[in-house]
Amino acid sequence: MLRVALKGLASRRLRSVLTALAIVLGVALISGTYVLTDSINHAFASIFQTVYRGTAATVTGRSAIDASASGGTSGDVPSFSESLLPRVQRLPGVKDAIGGVQGSPQLIHDGKVISFGGAPSLGFSVDPSKPDLNSLDLVGGHWPGPSAVVIDSNTASKKHLHVGDEIGVQTRGPERMMRISGLVRLGSASSLGGATLAGFQLATAQGLFGKVGKLDDIRVSARPGVSPSQIVARIRPLLPRDAQVRTGAQEAAKSASATSSFTSFFKTFLLVFAGIALFVGAFVIANSLSITIAQRTREFATLRTLGASRRQVLRAILVESLMVGLLASVVGMLVGLGLAQGLFALFNALGLTLPTSGTIIEARTVIVSILVGVVVTMLASLRPALRATRVEPIAAVREGATLPEGRFARFRTVGAAITALLGTLLIVQGLFQAKGTGAVLSAIGFGAILVFIGVALLSARIVPTLAEWIGWPATKLGGAPGRLARENARRNPQRTASTAAALMIGLALVTLVAVLAAGITSNFRNSVNQLFTGDYAITAQNNFEPLPTAPAQAATRAAGVTAVGNVRAGEGRVFGATEQLTAVDPEIALVVSLKWKAGSQAVLRSLGPAGAFTDNGYASKHHLTIGSPVSVTTPTGRRIGLVIRGIFKPPSGGSPFGPITMSAATWDRSYQQPQNLYTLVRMSGGETAANQAALRHALQGFPNAKVQTRQKFIDNQISGLSKALNILYLLLALSIIVSLFGIVNTLVLSVFERTREIGMLRAVGTTRRQIRRMIRHESVITALIGSVIGIVLGLAFGALLAARVSAISFTIPVGRVIIFLIATWIVGLVAAIFPARRAARLDPLRALSYE
Amino acid sequence: MSEVVTPTEQATVIAASEVSRRFGQGDTAVMALRDVSAGIERGRLTAVMGPSGSGKSTLMHILAGLDRPTSGTVTLGEIEITHLNDDQLTRLRRDHIGFVFQFFNLLPMLDARENILLPMQIAGRDPDPGWLDEVIDETGLRGRLSHRPSELSGGQQQRVAIARALLSKPTVLFADEPTGNLDSAASDEILALLRHSVDSVGQTVVMVTHDPRAAAVADRILFLADGVIVKDMPHAGEDTIVDAIKSLQ
Repeated sequence: MLRVALKGLASRRLRSVLTALAIVLGVALISGTYVLTDSINHAFASIFQTVYRGTAATVTGRSAIDASASGGTSGDVPSFSESLLPRVQRLPGVKDAIGGVQGSPQLIHDGKVISFGGAPSLGFSVDPSKPDLNSLDLVGGHWPGPSAVVIDSNTASKKHLHVGDEIGVQTRGPERMMRISGLVRLGSASSLGGATLAGFQLATAQGLFGKVGKLDDIRVSARPGVSPSQIVARIRPLLPRDAQVRTGAQEAAKSASATSSFTSFFKTFLLVFAGIALFVGAFVIANSLSITIAQRTREFATLRTLGASRRQVLRAILVESLMVGLLASVVGMLVGLGLAQGLFALFNALGLTLPTSGTIIEARTVIVSILVGVVVTMLASLRPALRATRVEPIAAVREGATLPEGRFARFRTVGAAITALLGTLLIVQGLFQAKGTGAVLSAIGFGAILVFIGVALLSARIVPTLAEWIGWPATKLGGAPGRLARENARRNPQRTASTAAALMIGLALVTLVAVLAAGITSNFRNSVNQLFTGDYAITAQNNFEPLPTAPAQAATRAAGVTAVGNVRAGEGRVFGATEQLTAVDPEIALVVSLKWKAGSQAVLRSLGPAGAFTDNGYASKHHLTIGSPVSVTTPTGRRIGLVIRGIFKPPSGGSPFGPITMSAATWDRSYQQPQNLYTLVRMSGGETAANQAALRHALQGFPNAKVQTRQKFIDNQISGLSKALNILYLLLALSIIVSLFGIVNTLVLSVFERTREIGMLRAVGTTRRQIRRMIRHESVITALIGSVIGIVLGLAFGALLAARVSAISFTIPVGRVIIFLIATWIVGLVAAIFPARRAARLDPLRALSYE
Repeated sequence: MSEVVTPTEQATVIAASEVSRRFGQGDTAVMALRDVSAGIERGRLTAVMGPSGSGKSTLMHILAGLDRPTSGTVTLGEIEITHLNDDQLTRLRRDHIGFVFQFFNLLPMLDARENILLPMQIAGRDPDPGWLDEVIDETGLRGRLSHRPSELSGGQQQRVAIARALLSKPTVLFADEPTGNLDSAASDEILALLRHSVDSVGQTVVMVTHDPRAAAVADRILFLADGVIVKDMPHAGEDTIVDAIKSLQ
């Protein structure tokens, strides 16, 4: 029996390969994801190992509110006094100790900020006399003098900069021109996701980063025979409250774990889409297998008459799907390796060059990819395989024997409806009742799977009607082949429905994304229009990085400016939780208009040293009313006592402020490096070309500051969202490709099944072109059926989500839906190419005698 | 189970007792068989004849355990087969029943040898090598063993099917219109082969046919019309059979 299964598989090579393709993509995405994230993690781990290779211990700043925060660029980790350095240097067992600061200097070339794909710029101090303890490794030229800079070789080669060239450097104040003395890299990596690197002498860096007299870290090397833990133990008693010490190895591991927590999010995200592609693949496999098994009814019946038991038939089919699944998974895993390489190349092309230290293929990658591929294939083939066991031996002697209906066929519609309903209830429960992200997501995910299965089973009922409507243009335009195509799509509703179902899933998800995008953007647009009463906004070039306060100060000097309102942002601890807090200038009252639940617009102008306001959601969560005291702890450990003066109602598009907002003056007294998230400007005469030119002129010295009109500001803020959406569309396109294979597969099998019929059509005078057209129309009709059901389902999911999440208002993305329908039509045409050619090639004489 | 059927001359191997078979329900119901009782004798070739719709195929299906009668019983040896469950029927097929079909029903992906051996492999048994050689030689397939069905003529395919059925030495070999899809030369070969299996090793064969030439090789001919056995005659020539058919119409 095993041999029968294997030989059968080999003799149906085309069909087996087409079926296997459905699972290849999903598995490829799994293995590609693992390889990509493992390689990135490995690369970062080796970078940090290199960076900290000569370091026995490091002293870093310690945030009073977030023990895990690290790095001196965000401003959320305090710097400590440099007076610690000489005391560390004097410790017994310490060979060398150097102090360092970090920051985000903008490198400016030809009047423009150098930035690759919005990646950050990282600045370090370097000590030319102790190269072993520097984070940066010199790869060309020399370490910098007091007014020189070293930059990473990747940036240099991309911007055609050389040692000896001049480059602009800007931090908190005006731009400074500096000579490039050398080229560096961080650890072993030539590039760090497109980030630009710059290194300065310590004193220069302290001046640039506003950290005169302060340090972000101390790197210590040990004398021979002294262990890192001994050094750590000796340093610890010297530490002030705002500093901490770790061994070099610990620091390397900690830095690497920060990246791996990001890659692990990235991994989960990609795996979800791999799961979707596999789910669609499972539909395709189940459907293809159902069709082939129906076509092989006589074969199974013959086996039964020859003494095969039901179990043997089941086993034979399961062995077949095991082989298909195994083959597909191995191929998919290998394709995944290529996919990972492709993604590296893609990121490189986008400027976000990822560090590589070779492709990492873990045993886990191989095992998980193959296991998941095989299990999904086997699960998908279970139902068709069970049906095959119900073939009665007598079918071997009956003409035109068909596969018997399943035992539960008559409960099918009811069962499908119950499944769909159960799924819907689960989604509703997840959205409106479940607590905790995990519970919500699993309820929604599981619910969606049930809905898809239920609707797929249910849709067989509406396929004839849908095919009649959707096929109407085909009958008008396609003549006889069009009419035949419509009837072909209708004559086996279950098959058409299952084929369409695979596409339905992809379309439902794509539509959901479009609904959410439209809902979020329209809501955001309305909210900004409602809130923002000024004329211009100033943000960083990449739209999201905070800016130093200097550009805003420069803006106040522009001719025609009547008000400049800044929104500062940073971390703070309130009611035991770390939150993103904000602070505003009094003039914010002239550029932002809030709806107040308690207090009034005047609150914005008169916050004073202890005033604060909050939104009604946060107020009710923490029972805050006018006069309630609130205590904020800054990262440096300072405590700010505030009193609530106003409570506003944020618009549905989201609040522009953190949960607690204080005055900028209070903020600046407690935060080391105040930064503006955005600056809003009002000008006399409003939006005019002259006003814009005046603002631009005032900000000339700050290439990283971008002046935008209100509309442009909205568009820029949304552009980040649309980039994210494009990634979602791209990933969902994978599952649509899988369903395309499904359509190809069904059509090939149907053509095979209708060989005689097609021969007859040819014999009575149908041309090859007409045969091709018939298959094409059938393909498009099937695809459109899936797409229409999917779009309706996607809209329903979107409506449910919009009902729950106030930031989303339900809007039907008409333009997108039209694009999706056109895309589906194209998918249908593409899917038909191969089967149509096969059908047209059939020799009428031989087709007729085909048995 | 083999000890149940003891080989005695002229013994009845399969007995149908008052077998009726109704298809469909209510107004559209059709009685394919009405209270048919018949015995199939060991070591003989019994032909079942009748016009289309006479019930001859239904009778064979029921005798072979492929279909169940609406009423009545069928016993093979001492086994009452009408109430066996699926597993028992599977075992019955392995031990006692061989099939030859009108459309050969060979597995297209297996070559002739693999097709012949398939039932033994399904049952997990090793064929008797001597008997395998004999069957292959009798059916004249020695030179064709590595050919796939698509590379064989109709007559050759049917010979593979006969070899496949004979290999397990079934208690009864059922042949369903074995010449229905063959030209006359191939038909003669196949009929001679079936006849030879009866004569040389005492194989019991039940053959459903509407071809008088085929029936002429039988030891006994059962005529069915409208679901009842209307004539039961011993071996006869082709002309006699044609006359018998005419007299029944």
